[in-house]
Amino acid sequence: MTAAARPAVRPLPAGSPLRRPMRRFLAISGITLFATMLVSVFLMPLAYMAATAFKSETQTSTPGAPLWPAKPETFTYRGEEYPVFRVPTEDGLQSWALVEPHREDAVFIDPDDPGAGPITWVGRWRTLEQSWSFSLDWSSFTRAWEILNFPRMFFNTFAIAGLSTVGAVLSAVCVAYGFSRFRFPGRNGLFLLMLATIILPFQVTLIPTYAVYFALGWVGTWLPLIIPHFFANAYNVFLLRQYFLTIPRDLDEAAMIDGAGPFRILRSVIIPQAMPAIVAVTLFHFFWAWNEYFLPLVYLQGNPDLQPLSVGLGRFNSLYSGEPTVIQAAALMAMALPVVVFFLAQRAFMRGVVFGGVEK
Amino acid sequence: METTTDTAMPALSAPPRRRLLSGPEGREAISGLAFVSPWIVGFLTFSAIPMAASLVLSLTDFDPRRADAVRFVGLANYLRMFNDPALIKSSLVTLRFALIVVPLTLAFALGVALLVNHRLLAGRNIFRTLFYMPLQIPIVASTVVWIGVLNVSTGWLNLGLEAIGLPSVDWLNNPFWVHPALALMGLWGIGNMMLIFLAGLQSVPTELYDAARVDGAGRWASFRHITLPMISPVLFYNLIIVLIATFQYFTQAYVITNGRGDPGGETLFFNLNLFREAFQFYNMGYASALAWLLFVVVLGLTLVLFRTAGRWVYEGGDR
Repeated sequence: MTAAARPAVRPLPAGSPLRRPMRRFLAISGITLFATMLVSVFLMPLAYMAATAFKSETQTSTPGAPLWPAKPETFTYRGEEYPVFRVPTEDGLQSWALVEPHREDAVFIDPDDPGAGPITWVGRWRTLEQSWSFSLDWSSFTRAWEILNFPRMFFNTFAIAGLSTVGAVLSAVCVAYGFSRFRFPGRNGLFLLMLATIILPFQVTLIPTYAVYFALGWVGTWLPLIIPHFFANAYNVFLLRQYFLTIPRDLDEAAMIDGAGPFRILRSVIIPQAMPAIVAVTLFHFFWAWNEYFLPLVYLQGNPDLQPLSVGLGRFNSLYSGEPTVIQAAALMAMALPVVVFFLAQRAFMRGVVFGGVEK
Repeated sequence: METTTDTAMPALSAPPRRRLLSGPEGREAISGLAFVSPWIVGFLTFSAIPMAASLVLSLTDFDPRRADAVRFVGLANYLRMFNDPALIKSSLVTLRFALIVVPLTLAFALGVALLVNHRLLAGRNIFRTLFYMPLQIPIVASTVVWIGVLNVSTGWLNLGLEAIGLPSVDWLNNPFWVHPALALMGLWGIGNMMLIFLAGLQSVPTELYDAARVDGAGRWASFRHITLPMISPVLFYNLIIVLIATFQYFTQAYVITNGRGDPGGETLFFNLNLFREAFQFYNMGYASALAWLLFVVVLGLTLVLFRTAGRWVYEGGDR
């Protein structure tokens, strides 16, 4: 387009190769602009969350308040504080402080030039818009922190997710090692059976396991959320096994000739080689546990003191639905860690998905 | 020891049966089984035995609070399904929601994958990360955020609609709009699907597109006749995943109405109904029967899809 608009400067025949960089540049800008707009709309709720979390309670209940966190602007004149309004004048919209309101007119002070003295403006000041200035209000965060008992919730979430991750990773490494490095009767059948458990809806096993935990007195404790993870999950094993298979067997054999037993080989050959996959599984599992809602809800329904963030936040949401600022502040705090870690380790996350997903 | 004879004279010891747990192979087998044993124990304890138990429980009126008084009720729980309004409602709600959410999610994930795979897009990795990121947000937190965004008077979605002259909608309290609203929320979960589509797109040989261009195929024609058939295996995979996930839909529905299923029962999804029967009314026998119904339906649907897959899923020679 631009190139065509300046034919006098550089006359080019249509379809000239010299024009192509320009066309290409425009195509790149167009598609990148489109993607930027789409991703902005896609992530708009996060902007809503941040904006709301930093608003004051009064701002949300004031009609006409801006979408961004702000407080009504004021101006101190001769020791008194006056609200600032957006006043239409002959010179355009002015931000003036209202000193003396009347019914049909009002007296203002120009904060930029208070020395000019009072200005009388004819019109109904009630129709004027208040002027707002950008201001972050942190009180919703402190309120959410206290009401929801965040230190306790964070501790619970870390403990549950951390302990179950330890179990999940240790057991998955062992089982994946068994499936990838040893021949034993029924290996392929067992492996297929394990993959089949992926499509087994957890509801089918939920009630009997609940009944057992109930009989053991585990309902209302963390145990049902931690112990089962020490017995290897099919997804994790699959991902690790696929990775282990790519490690050359020569390495094992060299270690074996040096007299290393199976555990030694696992510890000094397989685990160091498979670190990327182990890190991916660790991250996946930890944040899966961090985000999990259904099972903690089932097992900790009656025990708020032991609930993780997800369940606490859900309960909080139903109790404080009238206070959007506090709820959004709580949501922001609950998602901060997973989101930050995701950005730091996004490669590990995203590679793991494709590795575990497509090969199936 | 025996082990040496076994390996030294395979011709003699081979004919009957290989001895399972002796010899170097035997030792290898023992080690292998030992390493795999956590899963075997876990499978028996947390999958196989509970499955059998669940089948048995579905024939009883089991209530964990009075486990001693459990009675065998035969097929009563299964017969009850035919005239349980909550079950019928929840099944219809789930099916209707699946009809919206499955095509919408697949189409959006594929569209985003095409976009972030476009050779002319600058900063492709940044876009991939950003489109993936919401999946990493705890579902409860993202649901809470969306509840705010969808609020009838203060939510930004309605502000946006009003700004372009459209009427505002009470998304979460209107029985008609609540499904589209939940489907919209669901778009935040496309991350994995997008990456899997992306891997599929990247595995399409470029020669095919070159050949099509030589034959004069336009962009749409090459998408329709090359891209879609070539990525049909990942499309199929994603379809199964999203379908199973939809039948298990729970958290968002539970959080928006605190488990009541409002408005008008439109968010009483199958799984929410099951949760209520099991953990609010403690009808665990009936809930077990519901779980089996869900299992059979999901399994049946998956098998039907696999059956029809031959007709539309492309199986390349190398697969």
